[in-house]
Amino acid sequence: MPLNQALVGRTYPAVRYEVGREKLREFAIAIGETDPVYHDEAAARAAGHPDLPAVPTFAVVLSMRAGQVVYGDPDLGLDYSRVVHGEQEFVYHRPIRAGDRLLAAGKVAEASAKGRHELLTLQTEITTEAGEPVCTVRATLLSRGTAPPRHGSGA
Amino acid sequence: MSPHVDLTRVRPGDTLPEVAETIERLDLIRYAGASGDFNPIHWNDEVAKAVGLPGVIAHGMYSMGIAARMVAGWAGDPAAVKRLKVRFSAMIEPGQTLTAKGEVAEVDGTRVRVRFHAEDEKGERVLSKGEAELEL
Repeated sequence: MPLNQALVGRTYPAVRYEVGREKLREFAIAIGETDPVYHDEAAARAAGHPDLPAVPTFAVVLSMRAGQVVYGDPDLGLDYSRVVHGEQEFVYHRPIRAGDRLLAAGKVAEASAKGRHELLTLQTEITTEAGEPVCTVRATLLSRGTAPPRHGSGA
Repeated sequence: MSPHVDLTRVRPGDTLPEVAETIERLDLIRYAGASGDFNPIHWNDEVAKAVGLPGVIAHGMYSMGIAARMVAGWAGDPAAVKRLKVRFSAMIEPGQTLTAKGEVAEVDGTRVRVRFHAEDEKGERVLSKGEAELEL
């Protein structure tokens, strides 16, 4: 089933996320990051951070949660089993830090056919609860073989 | 944290210290737990084979995390990283080694643009068209 291109521009309700120190350490360890700035509060403060900073790609945890809200919309028509991750981009306004209380709101930024496949770009705006911008995340997914046929009468 | 790179000495063409990781299945299970991405193609061979893969493959974001380690480690500060972008261009399986490589593309005042990629042992690009912008 093709994606519903009428949903381009739709923003979905934000998910809340409270950033914990152990979660940041766990994520840093999972990508092999051993630099003390990500693990030790004293090292983080000595480097000018008010608390432990997240490794840059930690923001994907929040964008995936926001994405679940978007992909779960039956109106979108996304079959997640056909999805391949195509591109990923993060624009950082400031690092995510332990103690942050964040909101992550997903939006369908693009849905277009590319040959037999379709491209879906999910854009997630991560802000603090007070509205301070933290990170803009764009994930481009390839939905394999779901583009509408360009010839014939079938929809 | 490693000392900041000396901005006054950064020039286009400078290479970043490479970061290499040999990927084990346990790394993917650990990444699944830490990230919340429990797609079974990253830890269950039967599911991976059923969708046409040779076996489990690494999360694209695991590979990007390793490449981002190279960029942030070179900058010496996660707050210096203003933008990261990659294209996922090939898969990598447990047992293979991923190597992230990058070079300075442009220096504009305190803004530095880095081009990077990550490749497997055969030189195939797992991540391509990597771009990073740093404020040093």
